[in-house]
Amino acid sequence: MSNQKKLSIIAFSGDFDKLTAVFTLATGAAAVGYEVNIFFTFWGLDAIKRKQGRSFIGSNWLTKTFGFMMGGLKVAPNSRFNFWGIGPKIFRKLMKKNNVATLEELVDAAKALDVNFYACEMAMHVLGLTKDDFIPEVKDVLGVASFLNLSEGGQTLFI
Amino acid sequence: MATKVLDITKEHCPMTFVKTKIELSKLQEGDILEVLLAEGEPLDNVPRNAREQGYNVLSVEHVEGTTHKVTIQK
Repeated sequence: MSNQKKLSIIAFSGDFDKLTAVFTLATGAAAVGYEVNIFFTFWGLDAIKRKQGRSFIGSNWLTKTFGFMMGGLKVAPNSRFNFWGIGPKIFRKLMKKNNVATLEELVDAAKALDVNFYACEMAMHVLGLTKDDFIPEVKDVLGVASFLNLSEGGQTLFI
Repeated sequence: MATKVLDITKEHCPMTFVKTKIELSKLQEGDILEVLLAEGEPLDNVPRNAREQGYNVLSVEHVEGTTHKVTIQK
C-alpha cells in the first residue's frame, strides 16, 4: 500500500463545472489505481449534502438562509454561462447527448470506486452544518493538519 | 468461471476506464471481462491500465470499423 499513487483534491468550489472537474479527475485516478481523497470545504460542501436541492439547513436563521441559497448538487451553478441556473441544465443535456458522464454519474462512480470523501470541520462550523447533513459516504470531518497528513507523499490539487 | 461483456464504445474519458474498473472489481478471481471499445484513448489506455493493476490481458482483437475487443482475466 505504501507505494500506491495518491491524489488529494481540495474541492473549494461549489460550481457545477468545477465539481465536474473534481469528480472527473477523482474517478479517473481511482480507476487507474490511485488512492483518492477529496477534502470538501466552503462552497464545495454543497456537493456532499444529503439534500441535493434547496433546503434551509443550518444552525440559525443566517446559516439556514445561506444553506438555502447555496443548495446542493442538483442546483450547483456554473462558474460561467450560468444564466440564472439554466446554464447547468443545458450542459447536463449536452453531456448526455454526447455520451459524456454527467456530474451525478461521476459522483456515483466515485462512490463505487471507494474515493474517500472528507468534510472541512471549520467551514462546517461557519455554515452551521453537521456530519448528518452530508451523504453517508463522507468518511470523516477533518482539519488542515489531518488533510496534510492524508495527502503527504501524493499529488494535491485545489479546485 | 464467468464471462461478462462490457460495451464502452460510446463512452468517453474517464468513463471508459472507470466502467472497466468497476466491472472488473465485481468479478471473481479467474472470471473474464470482454470489453468492446473504440480506437484512440480507450484502446491505448484500457489494456495498459488493466495490466498495470495486475489483471491478465488475454487478447486485443479488431472487431469491425473502429471497434476492438479487449479480453481481460481477473
